[in-house]
Amino acid sequence: MLAWAFHRISGIAVWAFVILHVIDIYLVGGNPDAYNELLQIYASPPGRVMETLLGAALFYHALNGMRIVVMDLWPALTAYHRQLWRIVWITFFALGLPGAYIILKPIWELAK
Amino acid sequence: MSSAPRARQPRPAGRGRELTFWLLTRYSAVALFVLALAHFSMTHFIYDPADQTAEWITQMRWNSLALRLLDWSMLFIVLIHSFLGMRTVVQDYLKGTAQHVVITLLWILAAALVVLGSNVVLTLPLK
Repeated sequence: MLAWAFHRISGIAVWAFVILHVIDIYLVGGNPDAYNELLQIYASPPGRVMETLLGAALFYHALNGMRIVVMDLWPALTAYHRQLWRIVWITFFALGLPGAYIILKPIWELAK
Repeated sequence: MSSAPRARQPRPAGRGRELTFWLLTRYSAVALFVLALAHFSMTHFIYDPADQTAEWITQMRWNSLALRLLDWSMLFIVLIHSFLGMRTVVQDYLKGTAQHVVITLLWILAAALVVLGSNVVLTLPLK
């Protein structure tokens, strides 16, 4: 149930960002100055916190999604759903925490 | 907490449209696992958001026809996957006419995003 709730919430969040992202990339051609202004927001400290949350939503959705695909396309592997669920979270933190550090690091450099 | 198998979308019976959508969601998921995570890594870990100005995208990233093609195909795959997902969400919470209206609006929004995204991928001049 928790896996399902997280999957749905992260999915809706990434969907919402995809809409914003197609529009902002459209501006690269349509209005480059407006795009560059928006980029300043993405690169700002609050923007970086949002991107870290976006990355977390994307990464969880991707990992848990693969768990679902494995069990849906090879139903026999459903027996291992607990192990798969553990792999999802180990991978999420093992790769996600260094990733978050890279995205957030410029905030401390700005503060110096 | 790992009672997830209960909450998954069961494989639709028969060979109709629902099964096609169900499979399409899973195949596009596998493609996006590679494409979207590579894309996020490229835009956040290899490069920094602060560097990727409109000029940088024009001169560096989209100076490559191959990367444009990759990004263009990612646009279609991500829209198929995310809008099929949102269709499932809407089917879970809305019934009857409201469901029909909102799903129609979702398809219109997806089509508009195909037009916007394709427009910039295809018409931004190669430098």
